[in-house]
Amino acid sequence: MTDCGSTSTKAILIERRDGQYRLVARGEAPTTVEAPWEDVTRGVRNAIAEVGEVTGRRLLDPHSGGLITPSRGDEGVDLFLSTSSAGGGLQMLVVGVVRNMTAESAERAALGAGAIVTEVIAFNDHRRPHEQIERIRHLRPDMILLSGAVDGGSTSHVVKLAELVAAAEPRPRLGGGGRLPLIYAGNVAAREEVSSALGECVDLVLTENLRPILERENLGPARARIHEVFLEHVMARAPGYAQLMDLCDSPIVPTPAAVGDMVKRIAAEEGCDVLAVDIGGATTDIFSMFDGQFNRTVSANLGMSYSVANVLRAAGLPGVMRWVPLHLEERELRDRLLNKMIRPTTVPQLLEELVLEQAVAREALRLAFQQHRGFASGLKGVHRAHGMGDAFHQAGPDATLADMMRLGLIIGSGGVLSHAPRRAQAALMLIDAFQPEGVTRLAVDSVFMLPQLGVLANVHAEAARQVLRNDCLVRLGTCVAPVGPAVRAGCAVASVQLTERDGPRREIRLGAGELVRVPLAAGAQAHLCVRPARGFDAGAGPGAVLETDVDGGEVGVILDARGRPIALAADEPGRLAQLRRWHAALDLYPEAIA
Amino acid sequence: MSHAYYPGLSVSGWTMLRRERLLPVAGEVLVNVGQVVAPDTLVAQTVLRGQLIPVNVAASLGVSPEEVPGSLLKELGDAVESGEILARTKGLFGLLRSECRAPAGGVIASISAVTGQVMLEGPAVPVQVRAWLSGTVAEVRPERGAVVASGGAWLQGVFGLGGETWGALVLAVSAPTDVLEEPDITPAMRGKVVVGGALATLGALRRAAEVGVAAVVTGGVHALDLGAFLGEEIGVAVTGAEEIGFTLVVTEGFGQVAMARRTFRLLGEKEGFIASVCGATQIRAGVVRPEIIVPTAASERLAAETAASGGIEVGAPVRLIRAPHFGAIGLVRELIAQPQVLESGARVRVLVAELENGLRVTVPRSNVEVF
Repeated sequence: MTDCGSTSTKAILIERRDGQYRLVARGEAPTTVEAPWEDVTRGVRNAIAEVGEVTGRRLLDPHSGGLITPSRGDEGVDLFLSTSSAGGGLQMLVVGVVRNMTAESAERAALGAGAIVTEVIAFNDHRRPHEQIERIRHLRPDMILLSGAVDGGSTSHVVKLAELVAAAEPRPRLGGGGRLPLIYAGNVAAREEVSSALGECVDLVLTENLRPILERENLGPARARIHEVFLEHVMARAPGYAQLMDLCDSPIVPTPAAVGDMVKRIAAEEGCDVLAVDIGGATTDIFSMFDGQFNRTVSANLGMSYSVANVLRAAGLPGVMRWVPLHLEERELRDRLLNKMIRPTTVPQLLEELVLEQAVAREALRLAFQQHRGFASGLKGVHRAHGMGDAFHQAGPDATLADMMRLGLIIGSGGVLSHAPRRAQAALMLIDAFQPEGVTRLAVDSVFMLPQLGVLANVHAEAARQVLRNDCLVRLGTCVAPVGPAVRAGCAVASVQLTERDGPRREIRLGAGELVRVPLAAGAQAHLCVRPARGFDAGAGPGAVLETDVDGGEVGVILDARGRPIALAADEPGRLAQLRRWHAALDLYPEAIA
Repeated sequence: MSHAYYPGLSVSGWTMLRRERLLPVAGEVLVNVGQVVAPDTLVAQTVLRGQLIPVNVAASLGVSPEEVPGSLLKELGDAVESGEILARTKGLFGLLRSECRAPAGGVIASISAVTGQVMLEGPAVPVQVRAWLSGTVAEVRPERGAVVASGGAWLQGVFGLGGETWGALVLAVSAPTDVLEEPDITPAMRGKVVVGGALATLGALRRAAEVGVAAVVTGGVHALDLGAFLGEEIGVAVTGAEEIGFTLVVTEGFGQVAMARRTFRLLGEKEGFIASVCGATQIRAGVVRPEIIVPTAASERLAAETAASGGIEVGAPVRLIRAPHFGAIGLVRELIAQPQVLESGARVRVLVAELENGLRVTVPRSNVEVF
């Protein structure tokens, strides 16, 4: 299986050994979508060849250059699948009538289908129509998703939007002269008028309304059309993709869509809410399943190299530096981070550089999650009947679905998390950025295999499940974070009892501001009993005793009584002392950072 | 990945280059194959459609969309002035008539009886593309522009700001380790490409804008100073459209970093020649780096140094691109096959380099560029 990313193409080989599907080898080669190669299959073949070299298995036919299939003896494969986000991924323009209603539903459909939404145009987006036309003219998307009005509702607004699009004469990013595909997923009664307003300027694809009534989204048909158009129009025009499609035994899936499918499966299998994050050089993708609803957001300018300067700008220097237990001059710090931006492939050689990068990662993840929380919300514009219970419950229709107390699993991926020299560093980055409450398991995707497993799951779910469990997810352990009122440092927050099956029992008095690590090996389980202090909640309700089983991992169980939000000392000496204490508790770095 | 090292930036004494000079949309090409062009030669021109302004005539008149075509005083294709009456209702016995005036001047581009909207198209915007560098037209792309071929020195920077410009090269410092200060920029440098050394100070940047230099080329610049000069922090590394009064090319990186001796020497040798400079930078898939091209006669080719080699091998000159030896230049002395653990704890493949000051250092292979 391959995943064609914007900079590198990753290949993995999965084999059935002793009745279990396992990852056997991984290869990587530069992606070859752009000049001078302009043929994605070259990169794919190079990555496969590397897997062949590592395993000694002949995978490519030396004469035709094609894959040897089916497998026989020490050569060939039985199944070849691919995902792709190369050449800038699937770029979409979303157009809807009301920004936080139909336009937001359309944006959710596009993001769920794995697209990068380059722009959202709506009647109430505070731009004047001629500015919107200029913007559409300027963009070169792969397709447009147009939506608006419920079925049977007003047609005039969505037709006006169609006129706006037609006036701009949008052109596709790839394929020169071809017409741009436009998927119409709005009021079915307006189809004819929309079609006539758009005229010949686009390739119109009609599908069901993605918001047929205010109270319900129907995103499935629009997502399915997006995927079809992606294969028929976009992939077919991208350099070498026609040949790649011929090689594949199943349709190519946009990388984020494959990850999204996998996140849904993991949530179903683990029976809990799941948050997955992929932090790259340029962008940070967040996927979640909260309360049965899937959401995905892409923070286009939050990342660890190309976008590092933007993280610094968005978080502010104090925002980044609050996680760094040493003093650095602002001038030098800014120069170092911008040098990472212009030379993105470098790695931190000095410990202080690693600490700085991990501080940036915390802020990039935090900012991306802030955006995700706002997006992962109930449907807006829906009238709700209010009962007595609402008098005590402040959440409005805009309230986020992201309930951190109910969140059961966080999965991190991306170089800064997957390749952190110590797993505890990855665990603490995830905890500091997302600040989970109650009991939450933590894992990292060892080599970012979720995309390939997502597409494999469509044709062989059991194989994907086994590889996910055996080779993909590295279990870090479990975070236990009681939350409650702000109290003085050291005041009792909870007493914790952790009993390993057939093993020792640990009793810990957890004081406010403390971080404690209890080793518990991967694959091991322990019984956890948390007796929170008055007003504190560990997951069973304020003051209620929580009893549950927790999973171990490479880090173990992390007891976090630092409060939510994490209470950092206002003064610099106090903050530095705090950070050093926490880092020591988790044995985060090889030596004390002065 | 077997070739994970950073390929480095080009610093070449003489290279044959081809640059596409194309319009964003179809237009008229004004040059022919074989024609000799100067930087300011007009290669192609066109006009872009004017701004489109939708006017909700139905809402303005208080009529249904179907009634709009009948109430218009103008027809499709007619020109209207700003404030001119576009449509009017018949009213009651000629009274109580309502009017809709054009919010801006333009031509009526469409009339919709479905939505009651009229689209006004503003005046067309002329677009011109110039040759930017001296050379010969190698190819004409019908309706789009041409490819200009030119031979000369070619230097890539690592980061830049501002778009295309050109001017005579002038050295404002005497060594690549020198700092370009405010007094180094003189009024005589107006319209020129000014070469500095290890750093351009904030004062120098401000003075360059005041004087009106065409471009500043420097080894380094402090990110903090650049933010102060721009009035905002740098965000994502996609640049080229900034209007800062000149074009900036940084050859080494952020901070005070001596310009590579080879780069400084080459720019010095070309002093007085016309250099074409572009600051556009894009550090993502489809990397674009800023560049300086100094077209010279083909006879210079023989005298020029060989361009940088491709691979990383023992004896290869490299530049260190990350702390603790950021900016240092040296030679590869050993390629260690087994991954090594760094101070940061990361386990990566490394090499041993001997720096110009004789120090031998072990650094990650991904932290050097072949120079």
